[in-house]
Amino acid sequence: MDTSTRNALCTILLLAVLAAVLYVFQKHGTEYQIRILNNMAIFITLAVSYNLVNGFCGILHLGPNAFITIGAYTSALLTMSPAEKQLSFIIEPLIWPLSVIQVPFAVSLIAGGIAATFFAFLISFPVFRVRGDYLAIVTLGFGEVVRVLCNAMQSLTNGPLGLKGLTPYTTLWWSWGVAVFTVVVITKLVNSSYGRAMKAIREDETAAKAMGVDPFKHLLLAFLVSAFFSGVAGGLLAHLITTISPTLFTFFLTFNLLIIIVVGGLGSTSGAVIAAALFAWGGEALRVVESPMNLGFITIPGIPGMRMVLFSIILMVVILFARRGIMGRSELSWDRLFTALRLQTKA
Amino acid sequence: MNDFFQLDNLVMQFGGLTAVKDFSIIIEPGELVGLIGPNGAGKTTVFNMITGFLTPTSGRVLWQGRDITGWPPHAVTAQGIARTFQNIRLFTDMTVLENVMVSFHHTIRSRFWKAMLGLPSHKREEKRIEKEARAFLEELHLGHLADEKAGSLPYGQQRRLEIARALAARPKLLLLDEPAAGMNPQETMELAKLVREIRDRRRLTVFLIEHDMKFVMGLCERIKVLDYGITIAEGSPSEIQRHPDVIKAYLGEPKHA
Ligand SMILES: Nc1ncnc2c1ncn2[C@@H]1O[C@H](COP(=O)(O)OP(=O)(O)OP(=O)(O)O)[C@@H](O)[C@H]1O
Ligand SMILES: [Mg+2]
Repeated sequence: MDTSTRNALCTILLLAVLAAVLYVFQKHGTEYQIRILNNMAIFITLAVSYNLVNGFCGILHLGPNAFITIGAYTSALLTMSPAEKQLSFIIEPLIWPLSVIQVPFAVSLIAGGIAATFFAFLISFPVFRVRGDYLAIVTLGFGEVVRVLCNAMQSLTNGPLGLKGLTPYTTLWWSWGVAVFTVVVITKLVNSSYGRAMKAIREDETAAKAMGVDPFKHLLLAFLVSAFFSGVAGGLLAHLITTISPTLFTFFLTFNLLIIIVVGGLGSTSGAVIAAALFAWGGEALRVVESPMNLGFITIPGIPGMRMVLFSIILMVVILFARRGIMGRSELSWDRLFTALRLQTKA
Repeated sequence: MNDFFQLDNLVMQFGGLTAVKDFSIIIEPGELVGLIGPNGAGKTTVFNMITGFLTPTSGRVLWQGRDITGWPPHAVTAQGIARTFQNIRLFTDMTVLENVMVSFHHTIRSRFWKAMLGLPSHKREEKRIEKEARAFLEELHLGHLADEKAGSLPYGQQRRLEIARALAARPKLLLLDEPAAGMNPQETMELAKLVREIRDRRRLTVFLIEHDMKFVMGLCERIKVLDYGITIAEGSPSEIQRHPDVIKAYLGEPKHA
């Protein structure tokens, strides 16, 4: 058996195990466990697609929350029934034709992705005229602009009231299906000639140009692909929490994603997956630090936001002491695993 | 008029400083031409204007019958002009093989979505690129280092890799900016041999900048000398060595009072 067949078999086996685990949880898991698993999958999708731009292209893009917002709103507006929309939009009615359209969940997710991609395309020209800190500031600005627009465009987003009572379509199958697809597709992209061109831009943009790589074209490609999956994940998120409003997807969300990809290792998809899973799990598990604690002699009142403090400390520790994060720029692969196992058995 | 390569009265001004003034040259296919001059003479600036990193203040770059002045660098490379850099600019965190494979990227036909879906037609192209990249490395005697990180190579090998990477872009004209800088005499000699070899084997045209006089005089068939952006001499190595202005420029006689 050659290694590529072996690797393919291993991958199929892993997916089968994942499917079995999801099946068990979907059937017997508590609501709490299912929520954590859904969060994990969505954060994996978000982190892996964010990492494509920040990790592989070496661009400091600070506006993924804009794409998530657009995906979430688009997808939500498309799955609500006309009657629900009429009930929700009490201050100003929703504009036609959105007011009468209703599509299946899958279609709404793709539409969310496409809407986010379209927006990314529109802002790409100003964004990629600059680099470094300037690019970070421009993208940060667009993230804020989208939030403000969501507040202001009553007849499209229902303003500060947001959209409530969405059908909870997001099951484990949907969230993990999207996560697996995203990881596979982005891994293939990153390992292709296109991915090499992106890494070359990250390493030395001048040299990359001299070798015939068009930086704008490749940064745009990464940016659009990343926006698409962020948009889809936004749709999943909307139909998981069933209520969305402009305050939900602030820079705070971007900051969380930044923590995830830095801790995972900028430029490592496996790192992003591991860190996203840890983050989603840790985010729930660490709720205890926000509840009142009785240390016997003293009772600490619950401090909301304590988890974020912890995450920020983790980020600082990683940046100060382990800048390459969990995985650095390397990836987990079957080849590496088997090599490691072989060494183990020999030793 | 020559159809292959011609620079026509190139001028480059940076604010008040004229870095290059009225630079003209015609290069025939297969020639090995040198560009020399003291530090700050404007040599690298000439290369930057050819490869699109700088847009000349005036003048034209003509390549195979086309005016390519001001084209973006990646487009110039795709037209068949590749270069190396004076201060090595490798993709240090990528392997030697990957460094060379980047240069093949502009030849790829399959679209990005084929890559994302891992379609067979794309995989075939990836295989082709890898095979050709390995062949390039063998040619430059770097084959055994294919899987090393470029940044971990010793200096001389890094210089060699820069040339391999530029060659992999399949140029007809190769521009080398101080390829022997920092090399020991042994490495410099090998480099001269290599440049002549690849020129002959690939029917390449080479235009190179170098401070090492022995290297330039031994290798180039024709030399141009720049001083303060002005062309002060042009001719065969022996003519250049005897040229009074060149001697003055290099001995640093205070002629620019
Ligand atoms: N982008 C730029 N902006 C402003 N000035 C520049 C720029 N590039 C080069 N110069 C100036 O133009 C002059 C020529 O520089 P250039 O790098 O072409 O010299 P050179 O002949 O390659 O020298 P060296 O042998 O030191 O490499 C120098 O005075 C340099 O400071
Ligand atoms: Mg120079």
